[in-house]
Amino acid sequence: MEAFKCLTSRVVVLPVDNIDTDQIIPARFLKTTDKHGLGASLFADWRYLADGQPDPAFVLNRPESQGAQILLTGDNFGCGSSREHAAWALLGWGFRAVISTSFADIFRNNALKNGLLPVIVSPEVHQDLMRLFLQDPAQTLTIDLETQTLRWLDREVQFPIDPFSKDCLLRGVDELGYLLSLEPEIAAFESRYLTR
Amino acid sequence: MMTPKTLFEKIWERHVVVEPPQSPAVLYIDLHLIHEVTSPQAFSALREKGLRVRRPERTFATVDHGVPTIPSPDGRPEGRLAFADEMSRRQIRQLEENCREFGIQLMGLDSPYQGIVHVVGPELGLTQPGLTIVCGDSHTSTHGAFGALAFGIGTSEVEHVLATQCLLQRRPKTCLVNMEGYPGKGVTAKDMILALIAQIGTGGGTGHVLEYAGPAVRALSMEERMTLCNMSIEAGARAGMVAPDDVTFEYLAGRPFAPQGAAWEKALADWRTLPSDEEAVYDKVVTLDVSRLEPMITYGTNPGMGMPITGRIPDPDAITDPAQRAALEKALAYMGLRPGEPLLGHPVDVVFIGSCTNGRLTDLRQAASLIKGRKVAPNVRVLVVPGSQQVKRAAEAEGLDRIFKEAGAEWREPGCSMCIAMNGDALAPGQYAVSTSNRNFEGRQGRGGRTFLASPLTAAATAINGVITDPRTLL
Repeated sequence: MEAFKCLTSRVVVLPVDNIDTDQIIPARFLKTTDKHGLGASLFADWRYLADGQPDPAFVLNRPESQGAQILLTGDNFGCGSSREHAAWALLGWGFRAVISTSFADIFRNNALKNGLLPVIVSPEVHQDLMRLFLQDPAQTLTIDLETQTLRWLDREVQFPIDPFSKDCLLRGVDELGYLLSLEPEIAAFESRYLTR
Repeated sequence: MMTPKTLFEKIWERHVVVEPPQSPAVLYIDLHLIHEVTSPQAFSALREKGLRVRRPERTFATVDHGVPTIPSPDGRPEGRLAFADEMSRRQIRQLEENCREFGIQLMGLDSPYQGIVHVVGPELGLTQPGLTIVCGDSHTSTHGAFGALAFGIGTSEVEHVLATQCLLQRRPKTCLVNMEGYPGKGVTAKDMILALIAQIGTGGGTGHVLEYAGPAVRALSMEERMTLCNMSIEAGARAGMVAPDDVTFEYLAGRPFAPQGAAWEKALADWRTLPSDEEAVYDKVVTLDVSRLEPMITYGTNPGMGMPITGRIPDPDAITDPAQRAALEKALAYMGLRPGEPLLGHPVDVVFIGSCTNGRLTDLRQAASLIKGRKVAPNVRVLVVPGSQQVKRAAEAEGLDRIFKEAGAEWREPGCSMCIAMNGDALAPGQYAVSTSNRNFEGRQGRGGRTFLASPLTAAATAINGVITDPRTLL
């Protein structure tokens, strides 16, 4: 997993609430046995027309979105299916962070395990960000994980993240190494629990 | 005196391996279920890292998401694969290989127990009260019907469980869902859960474990409780639970993986201690009076956009919140529906009866009770997909298959089928379906397809009339 420290990028705005993982990546793209190469299927049913051509009206297809690494989107992002392919597809397209007022639990877990940072902001900050970045797609935003701050223009706001996930992201390590290091504790637990 | 505890707290506490300060809890997992779609990358990662499966006897596999449901042309169970595309076939083969290599029991295509993972676990008796159960599938909440803590996980977490039998978890909050009164005729568990989600919204349960309680819940059979818990995730909840009782124990007794003999008595004594203590405190309480419910149906593109079947589609102009108004406008545009319009009498192209929500014997019996002696409307394609091989055999033993076939419906092989539309069973663009599944998201049942979620009774009534029908008019 790639470490996340500090990122400055343009922002893609997708102002829709309750975007479910079936929209992020439709089920027909889950037939792969690989986690790579899913960026092309991100938001496939919104992004491509019925004939397979990119829909020029969809935000990801606009020239100013190319190269952007931050997605700003509506409430309860990532609800529905547990498919980790949603996080893989967002990363595959080039996103490293998603900003919303809330995230669905499983999506949030999946994102954190892959180095995709879910940033939760208040509805007021969310509205300010929406207004600014819809108006001025060339504007950039900085996400500093170490200090847990978002910076844009002359503004600065803090965002929450639990210390464990933050540490994993800053160091670019996944949780499995930590779990494996607890083998003696797990074995001790099993000897108690399985013989009760 | 001991602090009173909820069902959730009792199960959580007995599974915490360690909980260091500043870190999530390490939770021990009793039962891990896997299927072909969300597990391959986890096994690849184990291979890359040179890891083994720590407790292969605690993981069980089946094939469901991508399997064709068209009956095998040559009678061999594997013959169904002829209808699978190359990628799905490869995914199924990969699961077979992974299970062989890592020593995991697979209920594969040739197994008499193959089926949807959330139908198979309970009917084999793998799902038991007090267990922690996970699966790379959000509808794992189904198993909470037994008083287990069961939740969906991503593929990285599948890898974690395979390698360590543990997961890192932040302790969720608890929410008591009090279902008061008893539902009237024609109102089922599916209607109860659709009404709850319409009330609290698709994010209403986020961060919480829901515990369903009240007389209406106690009166439900295990299969109905599974329907209830199954859709907890559609309210955003981490899990859904029902405290175990005699209904639970009767269902489990004698199932292949249920404890037997002295072990059964010991388990029973333990399970009886699990229900929430009377004085237990929840972080949140929600109440729903189910005696006032009608059969429910969704009109929009998330499961929270539901209404009583005799209702009219809400008007976006009446909504003050701009985001909610925009969401409803977008949903109605996708669905091709107008504000103020009733759904009763709306034509449909397809009726789908099946899925981990409503693909069990009770569901098929309910649908068959309306369809028996009638014909499905000529303009409607009706797909009946049993949830497992066991459900299929039991239904056939009762003659339900003949009722469906004689009425003009298709009787299929078990799988997820049109609920997720990965296996070739899909709506065409623009088609309308009444579906007993769990999600009406845009494109969920096929790109451009438009889904009305409802109960098996409503689905069957609609199949007969070819237009959305209140099942109470046919009962």
